[in-house]
Amino acid sequence: MTTTAQAGCVTLSARGKVYRELNEEIRRAFDGGAACVELHDVIGHRYIGCGLSGSGRIVVHGTPGNDMAAFMDGPEIVVHGNGQDAIANTMNRGRVVIHGEAGDVLGHSMRGGTILVRGSVGYRAGIHMKSFRDKRAEVVIGGAAGDYLGEYMAGGLMIVLGLGRLPGQPISGIYTATGMHGGKMILGDDIEEYRLGREVGKSDLDTADRDELQRFVEQYVAAFGGRVEDILNRHFVKLLPVSRRPYGRIYVY
Amino acid sequence: MRKWLVEPDFLVERDLDRCINCQVCVRQCANDVHYYDEEGELVASDSEHCVGCHRCATLCPTKAISIQEAPLQFRPNGNWTAERIRAVYKQAEGGGILLTAMGNDRPLPVLWDSLLLNASQVTNPSIDPLREPMELVTFLGRKPDRVKVSAAADGHVRLETQLGPQLRLQTPIMFSAMSYGSISYNASLSLARAAREAGTFANSGEGGLHRDFRPYADNMIVQVASGRFGVDVDYLNLAAAVEIKIGQGAKPGIGGHLPAEKVDAEISATRMIPERTDALSPAPHHDIYSIEDLRQLIFALKEATRYGKPVGVKISAVHNVAAIASGCVRAGADFVSIDGVRGGTGAAPTVIRDHVGIPIELALAAVDSRLREEGIRNQASIVAAGSFRSSGDVIKAIALGADAVYIGTAALVAMGCHLCQRCYTGKCNWGIATQDPTLTKRLNPDVGTRRLTNLLRGWSLEIKEMLGGMGINAIESLRGNREHLRGVGLGDRELNILGIKAAGE
Repeated sequence: MTTTAQAGCVTLSARGKVYRELNEEIRRAFDGGAACVELHDVIGHRYIGCGLSGSGRIVVHGTPGNDMAAFMDGPEIVVHGNGQDAIANTMNRGRVVIHGEAGDVLGHSMRGGTILVRGSVGYRAGIHMKSFRDKRAEVVIGGAAGDYLGEYMAGGLMIVLGLGRLPGQPISGIYTATGMHGGKMILGDDIEEYRLGREVGKSDLDTADRDELQRFVEQYVAAFGGRVEDILNRHFVKLLPVSRRPYGRIYVY
Repeated sequence: MRKWLVEPDFLVERDLDRCINCQVCVRQCANDVHYYDEEGELVASDSEHCVGCHRCATLCPTKAISIQEAPLQFRPNGNWTAERIRAVYKQAEGGGILLTAMGNDRPLPVLWDSLLLNASQVTNPSIDPLREPMELVTFLGRKPDRVKVSAAADGHVRLETQLGPQLRLQTPIMFSAMSYGSISYNASLSLARAAREAGTFANSGEGGLHRDFRPYADNMIVQVASGRFGVDVDYLNLAAAVEIKIGQGAKPGIGGHLPAEKVDAEISATRMIPERTDALSPAPHHDIYSIEDLRQLIFALKEATRYGKPVGVKISAVHNVAAIASGCVRAGADFVSIDGVRGGTGAAPTVIRDHVGIPIELALAAVDSRLREEGIRNQASIVAAGSFRSSGDVIKAIALGADAVYIGTAALVAMGCHLCQRCYTGKCNWGIATQDPTLTKRLNPDVGTRRLTNLLRGWSLEIKEMLGGMGINAIESLRGNREHLRGVGLGDRELNILGIKAAGE
């Protein structure tokens, strides 16, 4: 983890700026050919990277506000701090790395791209996450998740490692994967049945799952440090929807 | 398979003197009502599956077919009508939610029919729209609190105030949100083309924007709903405006569900979900649990589109609609669309369609009054929806305070819909609410486009006639001008909410 300016980066200070001004400056920097924008003094500025396309990189120092990377289509955002709510809302492509914790509604309706969170996240992470053709939403949460994790999940991969939890703290809250009808969830600890939605079944990982998990744990370790083997030593469980059509038989006419 | 106790809704009768056994009806009916009896070498019918769409009767070359409501099957009962008894039978049979389509068909009072318009006599002359200019152009979007103008040396007046993005409508009528998936490719294409030809807007609905409709995006409003289907940054930036769909008049408060069997290759590509998977729209947006959250999404969309286009919010007309609309405006909506209890749908639980929400007339008047009282009416345009059957309904809505209206059912009817209310079966014999290629080809998009533009032209001409009759030469002058409305047969309470006088006052 570095907090010094990176080579070739345009450096901007968010101090005294409202989000609209800051985001316009970021766009101008990329339009002007910058490959990377480094933001300092970010204190709750919303919509960083919102609707941004291309392959640029944004490095955030501080605490970015809600809806960071919303509708984003390609860029990478690295946050040296905690993220707030609705990160990567409806994101299409791109990568978000949070060197801290994140708030509620992480990756809501996200269709593609990757999110790595070092610590824990709030409620409703991965809600209605999707996949489509070559796109697949992929989320790795290092710590624990709040209630409603992966509710309505329609596709993609949600991994919660469960590292660094308080004694007795569950890996995920209640209503986990309720209404899930697509995609896969891997949890780094067992979870009680009562925390799960009726629409999913719990099973052990197979070889393909373990290979996939390893690839993402390697990404996690590359971003945040630690040892891959230590993490993979945990007991992982897999959640899959029991039906692709949880609500298929409720109508008459 | 014949359901226990459930009798047919309709009786199909064939005049054997007229029938020439040409089998047009056999080919036209997707519900398999008509069949060719090889043994008797005759076309015959089984009323069992008739939905009353009249496709066969309309196309029968010898007019041999007539469709009647099934004659009395139950002892007459003002409370337990045949329809209610049948509904109980169906649910006892299948044990599920009773599904229906199109708008509320209960005989709810239609207040448009209790409102009457004014006209000039003697004291202020009426205007003849055939000879004098009559302005229907309407701008949707946020208007400033005050405008600053300056006069140049050459006498030209310049607007100094910078206006926010606006939609320019040639006539104050737009096509309501109908997703590709709920209606066919040809029906969607007809709406998009007609919107462009008429200088107005069609609405993509919540199912994304098919690549073939993208050339019409300048005349399209795109929706962002709870399922976020087909929403990406291109979709947002191509469109003329973005509408956050919170509610729909036919099903306030509940989500939606496009069944997997309808998600074919094209619909999958448009919604950006895998083929043959269910498209579930959750009841709420899970990033909107408050007005503050709504503001957050409105501004996320403005940021994503660089403040270049209006962002609106569509809500159902429910009890506290005025306060909710006020919240939407304060949250930054540039237009608020309000869909009344008679608004249509491709599929909704019957009990919700028929019993939830309030009529658009009262909702519209309440919202317009509330925004005026709060001094924020200029901050957003109001689009009224929820069953406009004629230009008379439209002009009354504008006098009550709407900037423009959305028409859905009327547009479908223009394309041939006979209101059989079976859109959800996917077997629309008129080729509108179906994805079956043998059915969709029945609607020629050139014909669909022409019929829709004809409808808009006819209604616009009628609106000009009515405006001229009132001595008004611009629709702007009628907007919220309730002096031009009078009520008949309404109580004080309704008159008060509508903000109008009784006829004779």
